[in-house]
Amino acid sequence: MKLLVCISKTPDTTSKISFSQDGKRYLDEGIQYILNPYDEWYALVRAIELKEKFGGQIDVIHVGNATSDILIRKALAIGADAAFRIDMEPMNSDEIAKQIAKFAKENSYDLIFCGKETIDHNSSEVASRIAQYLDIPYLSYCNHLEIENDKIVASCELEGGVALLEAKIPVVISAAKGLAEQRIPNMKGIIDAKKKPLEVISPIETEQLVELVCFELPPVKSGVKMIDPTQIDEMVAVFKNELKII
Amino acid sequence: MVLVILEEQNGRIKKSAIEAAGFASKLAQLSGMKVCGLCLGRTINVNELTGLGLDQIVQIEHADYLDSSQWISIVAQAKEQLGSKFIVLSNNSLGKSISGGLSVHLKMGLISNVVNFKSQEGVLQFQKSVFSGKASAWYAFSDLNGIIALMPNGFGIHKFDEKPIDSKVLDLKIPEPKIKLLDRKLIQGKTPLTEAEIVVSAGRGLKDPSNWYMVEELADILHATTACSRPVADAGWRPHHEHVGQTGVAIRPNVYIALGISGAIQHLAGVNNSKKIFVINKDPEAPFFKAADFGVCGDLFEILPKLNEALRKSKMN
Repeated sequence: MKLLVCISKTPDTTSKISFSQDGKRYLDEGIQYILNPYDEWYALVRAIELKEKFGGQIDVIHVGNATSDILIRKALAIGADAAFRIDMEPMNSDEIAKQIAKFAKENSYDLIFCGKETIDHNSSEVASRIAQYLDIPYLSYCNHLEIENDKIVASCELEGGVALLEAKIPVVISAAKGLAEQRIPNMKGIIDAKKKPLEVISPIETEQLVELVCFELPPVKSGVKMIDPTQIDEMVAVFKNELKII
Repeated sequence: MVLVILEEQNGRIKKSAIEAAGFASKLAQLSGMKVCGLCLGRTINVNELTGLGLDQIVQIEHADYLDSSQWISIVAQAKEQLGSKFIVLSNNSLGKSISGGLSVHLKMGLISNVVNFKSQEGVLQFQKSVFSGKASAWYAFSDLNGIIALMPNGFGIHKFDEKPIDSKVLDLKIPEPKIKLLDRKLIQGKTPLTEAEIVVSAGRGLKDPSNWYMVEELADILHATTACSRPVADAGWRPHHEHVGQTGVAIRPNVYIALGISGAIQHLAGVNNSKKIFVINKDPEAPFFKAADFGVCGDLFEILPKLNEALRKSKMN
């Protein structure tokens, strides 16, 4: 079984969000980057579990510059076999998807995993785009997945429920919480990761269909209004007059 | 022409689709275009749609599950036949499974998680929510047409003067599915969290799952949907689909009531776009108070029963 896991980097959840004066650029000086949690915790680990059960090869792919290599090594330490980095700084999700789709087409994978979204742009676009470029089924927001011969049976999140879906391999999957449990790389994994291949690939040309005008921070909240815990009537008044929910 | 996807459930148009129709109509007003709704599934009574700002409706009766590739093909055909410049849809679970693919298929730009738009020096700009709602980014389409996927509960519901809607027939072909639906499990009777106006949520401060009835009580009084923090879901007190936060569901209700939740940054990432936040916590240092509009610092077990009682009385009067 040949598995591809798409990994992206994102600022750590606790990072301060600030932008350049003209609003064009996220200020990332001193910001700690991490592997996107949905990619690392759920997509990658489920791929490893499938390899443990059925055997095969797990490749990870990342679109980014050399500063990402340390994070790519972490994915290798967790259990991927080989890594590929497409050497460019992507401006949007279509660029990422186009690069990955081209690579995936040339290397014919059975399953292509992505996280359900990155925690910085929250777009949920890449997986859906890759599936379209490759013209294969897309199982979105998948929280459980089993393989039965050449078929995938997956439980996928809907508003207020789940759908149990079946598709023929190859498929693209986006991973949600529940698909697997986070794994921490062990010492052997970290040492082995240094010897595993990390190949750098030149990007293909892409075009821009959307342009960033500027980033913007939300208006600062006016501050919390505290209510004395014994003043139940005041709470009721807030529910009635301010929140207007009774 | 602006094409808006109207998702239905049990023959009724979904709340997220009403929001999308309102956005499409406002966008059409500003750019002098007409709006056409596209509904696949059970037929909707056109009288239900008159206040949404629509000029036309295309309905395709289709009882079975449609997978993402089928949706993409049908929406693309409709777009081509109508000559639409913009496609508007909700970025709910359907939207997330098709909007990227639609953008690739039609070679149109996509701006997702949009909460608002404006016209600046004649150029339409769309506000996208980023960094889990801690910031936004304004985007424009390079060639003045594109796909806009709306963050649920972001733009809000807008009502329009009632006007007659033309039913239009298009020659749309439904391709073979790539995915088979085996089963669908929906939680009955409750508004899904992403569509809820009022959410009552509780965390570890509740101490034991047997205390959950107090949360349900408040939710019942307010006709709210219940949610929980990650530790509560992980401990199995509540089902995972009720977990709101970074790795759970992200929501933007009108009112979010947090009971015994400290407000760690990962939790706030899922709820900080709520329009108003009301927090009860016994720890004065709880970070949630910094993100809240109203706060009560005290013991949940003393406050909540009295509050529920008082709210019930107030409702009866």
